[in-house]
Amino acid sequence: MAPRTLFDKIWDDHVVETLPDGTSILYIDRHLLHEVTSPQAFEGLRLAGRRLRHPDKTIAVVDHNVPTSDRTQPIEEPESRNQIETLERNVKEFGVPYFPLLSANQGIVHVVGPEQGISLPGMTIVCGDSHTSTHGALGSLAFGIGTSEVEHVMATQTILQRPAKNMRVTVEGTPGPGVTAKDIMLAIIGHIGTAGGTGHVIEFAGSAIRGLDMAGRMTICNMSIEAGARAGLVAPDETTFEYVRGRPFAPKGEDFEKAVAWWKTLATDEGAHFDKEVTLRAEDISPTLTWGTSPETVLPITGTVPDPAAQTDEAARAQMQRMLDYMGLQAGQPIAGTPVDVVFIGSCTNSRIEDLRAAAAVAAGRHVAEGVRAMIVPGSGNVKRQAEEEGLDRIFLDAGFEWREAGCSMCLGMNPDKLTPGQRCASTSNRNFEGRQGPGGRTHLLSPAMAAAAAVTGCLTDVRELA
Amino acid sequence: MEKFTTLSAVAAALPEANIDTDKIIPARFLKTTQRTGLGKHAFDAMRYNPDGTENPDFVLNREPWRKAEILITYENLGCGSSREHAPWALLDFGIRCVIAPSFADIFFNNCFKNGILPIRLPREICDELMGDAAMGANARLSVDLERQVVIRPDGQEVPFEIDPFRKHLLLEGLDDIGQTLQHERDIDGYESRENQEKSWMPTIHID
Repeated sequence: MAPRTLFDKIWDDHVVETLPDGTSILYIDRHLLHEVTSPQAFEGLRLAGRRLRHPDKTIAVVDHNVPTSDRTQPIEEPESRNQIETLERNVKEFGVPYFPLLSANQGIVHVVGPEQGISLPGMTIVCGDSHTSTHGALGSLAFGIGTSEVEHVMATQTILQRPAKNMRVTVEGTPGPGVTAKDIMLAIIGHIGTAGGTGHVIEFAGSAIRGLDMAGRMTICNMSIEAGARAGLVAPDETTFEYVRGRPFAPKGEDFEKAVAWWKTLATDEGAHFDKEVTLRAEDISPTLTWGTSPETVLPITGTVPDPAAQTDEAARAQMQRMLDYMGLQAGQPIAGTPVDVVFIGSCTNSRIEDLRAAAAVAAGRHVAEGVRAMIVPGSGNVKRQAEEEGLDRIFLDAGFEWREAGCSMCLGMNPDKLTPGQRCASTSNRNFEGRQGPGGRTHLLSPAMAAAAAVTGCLTDVRELA
Repeated sequence: MEKFTTLSAVAAALPEANIDTDKIIPARFLKTTQRTGLGKHAFDAMRYNPDGTENPDFVLNREPWRKAEILITYENLGCGSSREHAPWALLDFGIRCVIAPSFADIFFNNCFKNGILPIRLPREICDELMGDAAMGANARLSVDLERQVVIRPDGQEVPFEIDPFRKHLLLEGLDDIGQTLQHERDIDGYESRENQEKSWMPTIHID
């Protein structure tokens, strides 16, 4: 057999049948549901009189809509409450396993899946959410789908797909001080652009990726979609197996050993073909953040805001000027020192225990700057509990941060955590689109350590200066 | 799903690249449990002023583009969130066909599932079609899916490519779940093989 990539192997293993025109019926091992993109799919099943084929391969949580304040109070917003209650009725009717709002296991779906051992290497995993790519960090083929496809998976446990192309992004070397997985990924997106991975699945490789812990790999794979890719992948290795071992829904004992034996065969073969290859050196990457309203508009923290006048293409120049106007920035100004109003540390990109530790290391012994609102939103109830066991909550509270309940929070402006027009936010989330965090809100994407640095100084700051 | 065969309609140009699905429909409107009713919120931030009044400069607020059924943009249309609310909002507004030099993968897929035809054409041709669109009601564009052509107001035909399976589903207005369920025995067969080969694979049960 010709040498195959990690993607090829998982793909081949899950093809039920390939139709004459080249579309494949691809088997799905795990289907993750949340309240926002599932109600119309359940309704479709009901109207067609179809069953949900495999509740035992499906898991539901609430995350997008939920307030991150006191959970003992009823949800105020009627539409949000309705969506959550609709999910609760649906999971009951169709027998789908569910972590309710008051469970410690509740959290952001892309934090919960890996944390519970529900997402495993070599699997196909889908969810009606583009950041499903996160689970690719385990070496699983994981991608976001629309609600019609959610309904298709519910009814058939398969999806109709054509194989993606293979792309490999290799990052070699050792990242410098203050450079995290988030900085590496922002640098990659800046390098290849938001359509750089379109039609491809990106495998992340190289010593800098191998050296990341699972949380870092999840951050990288999470933002594959911001590079336009359908999915991101990291080959499973000892770091992966040690992460998976002992998780509640992971295989145990002899089954675990059998699984590992198979997972070890998944890595890309020597000489396998990639349609596109990109290589970066970790040493060239600085602590990085975005200045504009597209995730590809990145700068090192030591950089200056670019000048639209330098753009030759008229449409590109106009678009850049609009971004500067929206963001309230001037061409040529140093990005460091720009005052912020809000700091958000959370989201499926950066809300794991490792992220909170990195933020706490900067926050310890310091205080949130006057006039800045700084929020810490753990990715799950379990992350929150662990952080409290480690005393991180005390560090944050003593420093003047808010310590909140798990959920998507300020990543997407559909729950009470929102920016108001004109507010500038240092955010560990994944999208800086216009209005993403609330109408008129201005988002700078950066790492948890950089976000904490912005919180304590009151402005965008090079975290290395606080070392 | 409504069939897509031919369409002759007013086209609106939005000459921007990277129009993301948050821009097409912001997250605060995703709290619905229906597929319909989102048209009034399509392109909310561009279409309405902060006080809720219409922005008179936005193309979809102007005659005759208020009734546009074709939308033409630049590269990477529909990037970002996977929300199918984006094509639902477009469809509810009345858009049946989107034309761009390139599309984000998930949005491209989601269009087909809702009877919206996404057409990829080179940027130079999109520019020409935007020129046609600017002429308004006197310059309707036509789309013939069977023949795979966009017909310009002057009668010039612009051919486009489309996956044959997707074309078939659109032309017939078919639900692909029904198609896949015709292969249910193959799915059963796959599962029994997997149960043997991956006997370690856990299932999910919560008491």
